[in-house]
Amino acid sequence: MARIRLHEIAFARSGDKGNSSNVGLLVLTDEMYEWLRREVTAERVKTHFGSVVRGPVERFELPNLRALNFILHDSLGGGGSESLKNDAQGKTHGQGLLLMELDIPDGLLARYPARTAGPGGQPLDPRPVSS
Amino acid sequence: MVVMGRTLVRIANGQGFWGDSVDAPVALVERGGIDYLTLDYLAEVTMSIMQRQKRKDPRAGYATDFVELARRILAPCKRKGIRLIANAGGVNPGACLERLVEVAREAGVQPLRIAIVEGDDILQRLDDLMAKGAPLESMETGRPLSDVRAHVLSANVYISTFAIAEALDTGADVVVTGRCTDPGLTLAPMIHEFGWKHDDWNRLAAGTIAGHIIECGAQCAGGNYTRWWEVPGLDRIGYPVVEADADGGFVVTKQPGTGGLVNVASVSEQILYEMGDPARYVSPDVVIDFRTIRVVQEGTDRVRVRGIEGQPATETYKVSISHLAGWKASGQVTISGPSAVEKARHCAALVWSRLAEAGVMPEETSTELLGLDSCHGPMARAASQPAEVVLRLGAKDRERAKLERFGKEIAPLVTAGTPGVTGFAGGRPKPQEIVAYWPALVPKRLIETRVRVEDV
Repeated sequence: MARIRLHEIAFARSGDKGNSSNVGLLVLTDEMYEWLRREVTAERVKTHFGSVVRGPVERFELPNLRALNFILHDSLGGGGSESLKNDAQGKTHGQGLLLMELDIPDGLLARYPARTAGPGGQPLDPRPVSS
Repeated sequence: MVVMGRTLVRIANGQGFWGDSVDAPVALVERGGIDYLTLDYLAEVTMSIMQRQKRKDPRAGYATDFVELARRILAPCKRKGIRLIANAGGVNPGACLERLVEVAREAGVQPLRIAIVEGDDILQRLDDLMAKGAPLESMETGRPLSDVRAHVLSANVYISTFAIAEALDTGADVVVTGRCTDPGLTLAPMIHEFGWKHDDWNRLAAGTIAGHIIECGAQCAGGNYTRWWEVPGLDRIGYPVVEADADGGFVVTKQPGTGGLVNVASVSEQILYEMGDPARYVSPDVVIDFRTIRVVQEGTDRVRVRGIEGQPATETYKVSISHLAGWKASGQVTISGPSAVEKARHCAALVWSRLAEAGVMPEETSTELLGLDSCHGPMARAASQPAEVVLRLGAKDRERAKLERFGKEIAPLVTAGTPGVTGFAGGRPKPQEIVAYWPALVPKRLIETRVRVEDV
């Protein structure tokens, strides 16, 4: 097992839906998606975000896109113009999820073609996966 | 008049929101190789700002930036055969039309046909619609609109994209709308060019997804991309172009020689943006299952999106209503030196306790430490103490006076707080009116749109 942060293997983007935010999380192979689906549960995400998310966390699966979509309910202090928060639109919630630490099997990590070391590392192969 | 026969139509987006790059649309036109340029100016809060402008001046209430842009690009667009579609009409498409006519005359761009789409603005019809049995209850809380009716600022329907296609059918070089869906700006030229019907569900779904991917401008082409360090030439990022065919097939790309990147991850990230339940994405034109979407790299900076399935549209349109909901204010100071975090927390406590003692405690307050954990809370887990943090204080109340008072309580921290307090710039925070958003549904049969054409 290796300890990684999600940003080493995954991509994320977040935005607002009223007083809730959504975080889309995706990886680039089917095998890694299966692992992601097993490990990154709604409960785990709820715990990870702690006081940032007041309501429940809902999760939707999109296997074709190798993606999970999380709705973080009541996470924006009222949302839009009603919010007093610096990040009233949940623009940073995707980056927050990528900070999550997880244990991953060494073999799975070694087979994944799209791992990154972060800024200064090797760029992603523009065609890492076939259809 | 439906222009048939084109096998491929190229649609670009040069503006993801009002405030986006002023040069991106100009660059798209200069490089060319596109048939349509779409521009999105309307966020939810924008409509209420425009409605207030219109109340003060009947010739205001639209996106003035678009008129300035038109001055720069009308001539080259006409020369290259690029048609413009913009939701710049705001709450006053008629006034926008008049200004565009003047600008076209001044610039000598003639002949030019401009069409506007009206009928989305239902502010004056609200009581009539409620009397006709549309309660316009909030989709978020279920409360009836009558609860906040007296405070409503604006009410606009996300109209059918077929209304925009109808405007294109007139042969207009420029089409200006009020409230419509953002993807509709991209779907409309496909309906117009390929003669798609109201029940071409899969094609309408594909065109809507194409629009969804490019509606935020550079966000699908390397902007806001997770692996930002891998994006080449982000300083001269190319805004996105969709190449669509008559069967609903399309490729997302960008113009040659521009910066940025279009790959499976950049496009997939944007597909997931602001998504709710992926099984039911409801637009005025079609209901889409996002789980059917497949994304494939077809070449460098070329991504094909396919497999998209649509289902019949619903019987209702979504309405975006805004209403006043009290006041808010926020201000900040920088706090540095030893124990910066403890000092910032102490300063915040001072402000709140002074306001409480003065009997003017706001109904809701917020204390955030920017540089420590304001975005990520417990996820931040700072390894070491930062040498400085920004203390951001916010307050909310029904009474404006309380927030005026709150604004006066921040500067005293410099001399009557802890040491190391600075960066109190820009004067006392001013109370701002809160404009709350009220999404609702209205039966389609109660809404009618009209196309008006003006020849210059």
